[in-house]
Amino acid sequence: MRIKSLLTHLSNMTGATPDGKLIGRARKFFRPDYKFVRETEDTKLEVRNLNVHAKDNHILKNINLMLPDRKITCIIGPSGCGKTTLLKTMNRLTDLEEGFRITGEIILGNEDIIGSGEKIISLRRRIGLVSQKPCPLPMSVFENVAYGCRIHGIGNRRKLKMIVKYYLEAVGLWNEVKDRLNTPASRLSIGQQQRLCLARSLAVEPRFILADEATSALDPLSSKNIEELFVKLKRDYSIVMVTHTLRQARRIADYVIFMYLGELIESGAAEQIFNHPQHELTKEYLSGAFS
Amino acid sequence: MFFLTVMSLMLVFLMGMGLFLKSAPIFEEHTLGELLFSSNWKPLKGEFGFLPFLVGTLWVTGIAIVLSLPVALLTAIYLTEYGDRRVKKYVFPALDILAGLPSVIYGVWGTLLIVPWISEILAPHFVEFSTGYTVLAGGIVLGVMILPLLTSLFIEIFASVPGQLRETSMSLGATRWQTIKKVVLRKTFPGILAAVILAVSRAFGETIAVLMVCGNMPHIPRSLFDAAYPLPALIANNYGEMLSLPDYEAALMFAALVLFVVILLFNLVSRSVLYRIEKSFT
Amino acid sequence: MQFKFIEEKIFKVLMYMATLTVFGFVLSIVWTVASKGWNAMSWDMITKLPGGGFYIGKEGGFLNAIAGSLYIVGISALLGLSVSIPVVFYLNVYLKKRSKLAYAARLAYDVLFGIPSIVYGAFGFTLMIYFGLRTSLLGGIIVVTLLIIPVFIRSMDEAARQFPREILDAAYSLGATRYETIRVVLRQIAPGIATATLLSIGRAIGDAAGVMFTAGYTDSIPSSLSQPAATLPLAVFFQMSSPVKEVQERAYAAALVLTLIVLVLSLAGRLITSRFSKNKLQ
Repeated sequence: MRIKSLLTHLSNMTGATPDGKLIGRARKFFRPDYKFVRETEDTKLEVRNLNVHAKDNHILKNINLMLPDRKITCIIGPSGCGKTTLLKTMNRLTDLEEGFRITGEIILGNEDIIGSGEKIISLRRRIGLVSQKPCPLPMSVFENVAYGCRIHGIGNRRKLKMIVKYYLEAVGLWNEVKDRLNTPASRLSIGQQQRLCLARSLAVEPRFILADEATSALDPLSSKNIEELFVKLKRDYSIVMVTHTLRQARRIADYVIFMYLGELIESGAAEQIFNHPQHELTKEYLSGAFS
Repeated sequence: MFFLTVMSLMLVFLMGMGLFLKSAPIFEEHTLGELLFSSNWKPLKGEFGFLPFLVGTLWVTGIAIVLSLPVALLTAIYLTEYGDRRVKKYVFPALDILAGLPSVIYGVWGTLLIVPWISEILAPHFVEFSTGYTVLAGGIVLGVMILPLLTSLFIEIFASVPGQLRETSMSLGATRWQTIKKVVLRKTFPGILAAVILAVSRAFGETIAVLMVCGNMPHIPRSLFDAAYPLPALIANNYGEMLSLPDYEAALMFAALVLFVVILLFNLVSRSVLYRIEKSFT
Repeated sequence: MQFKFIEEKIFKVLMYMATLTVFGFVLSIVWTVASKGWNAMSWDMITKLPGGGFYIGKEGGFLNAIAGSLYIVGISALLGLSVSIPVVFYLNVYLKKRSKLAYAARLAYDVLFGIPSIVYGAFGFTLMIYFGLRTSLLGGIIVVTLLIIPVFIRSMDEAARQFPREILDAAYSLGATRYETIRVVLRQIAPGIATATLLSIGRAIGDAAGVMFTAGYTDSIPSSLSQPAATLPLAVFFQMSSPVKEVQERAYAAALVLTLIVLVLSLAGRLITSRFSKNKLQ
């Protein structure tokens, strides 16, 4: 295990992936005129004493966690344990719904997401979100990927073309859709849509990717595609993934967080949690006593 | 029960048939083109050119839509995307009241407030003299009348947009307004169009309120401060004389038939669009 | 600051303004009618018939219009309900959710709802001529009944559709017949139906263009179905155009009464909804 992580570390430094794709730092050379290559290198996403109430329900109870850099962290736990709410709170999408009361801090870089007020709009860009069901915006394939860039003020068509191509390649979709960039995104297959959504999130250059059961609506093959993509992307991004399937977590997780009824029960390296769980609840959940 | 349902369905056809049969005599002497595109209105000499009335209706309806569309759109966006519960608590009853007021009350309001305002304050800036009983007055009154209809339709349409689309857009760092402009409005465009068509057809047939403020002169209005004579007002104003001249009666029934057909088509189109939207989100 | 934030601020201000505009119109209309009407209001207005002709006579009030409106709307509402309730049950209990007939029927009622009352009036007029009727209470009742049925059906259908279908399945699975099930449904949607009835009556009582052709106008209270009847909206409309100041006062007072009736009906509707929605399933 140690040797493996050392290898990952080494390949992080060189910026090239084993299969020769240009992901990571190399892309700065690949397209020198792309305006915003990550203004800040946020390496830290930390949650401190987070409590979320929705009306009378205490959804998240005193959550403390620190997300490791450039790793895949899987959040597991039975349904209704607050996993999705945790992800939404990290992006403050809870603003969109009425009746949420949030206390605590979520620190991204040096800024507090919870207390950032209006500034959240620029903070959100630094955290990408991939939802359970792929959600293409009502526009063409091209415009979907370009959407975020347009939002942030890139209007140059040539530049946009480059960005779109780059990220569609990064998610392995370019060859499939390069001839129908102008068709509505909703006409793609569901697996393609999910990769498109990932490309769209990546195109605004986040540091963190939050994926909420990103594979649960997909067929096994597309699901495998996405998983492999995540493993590839973790050289450059820190990925948080909520998952229902323990097998998936075993396959790709570096770190695991186990939640139950709004509480964080146990967290640690995947090896540790899967092989030597400390808490009774974790043991029962992993052994399939409840799900 | 089946019988009653089908009977009431038949009402649509009965209405069309009845109006058509009654207006049939006019077709014996005039072609459809003559009726619709001639501006000669001399009922006593048997000349029936409906163009002035059609143009008057179009003017008034157009002004009403232009005035109320932005207000309705912005209000609906505010209520669905921004407004908190306290604001809604006051705005919804206000819209209810606006929707419930009889058209004659709008007419009274227009006569007492809008007409003097136009003739004394607004018109002197633009023309030498205006009675105030103008196309503009009709447009303003109608605009206020269709405001609650448009707003409530828009609210329904915006509420049908899945929240996930908004979340997706916002999570990429869009502001709320950007999300509305680029995602919500784009997604709901067919619905907005359908709602506008529905409002147009409502404005098209509105009678008493426009009758009270439009001036009712059978000529094509030349400016906003000119009087007009919309089609429904024509029917309502002359119903008493209908019996004396058979041709005149047929002509007025033809006017009603035109209203019926236009509104029927507009309604069919916009309702079927709205149904499809409703279905696709439930 | 970035452009997108400025844009957001600008549009937010515009939205506030639009919402305030809606309020402004409501207040302006209600204030105009209330202040004019209150000054003109007296006990005689609502207890006496107009003296010396409704158009020129300076004495008396508009009891004729109040009575006429109540007759027409009361009887029409009863007739309308006895048609609409079976239809709504047929649509919601007997027909399947995706039934073609239900789709066509709903579309037809939406279209009928959109047809302006002036067209109903013209159609009613042709019917009356066909049956040899003159302008009369009966004619008014026929047209208002036709007018009110789609309003009833649409609003009740909306209330009924809120009702979860699973309850029906539960009732069937216990071996209930359709008629027994109707009782279950009825208890659930009764408040919705009550509200719908009140709102529809409010709409019918304010309608002027439909009764103009068919019920006519008169100074006295009709004593049989074949006599013409006055109505409140027409009392406002006709008397407002009179050159005599006292007659105009009558119009303002009638406008106030009409507005109050409509407001009370819609307020009552709201109360019923909020009072009984606690007991509802959802």
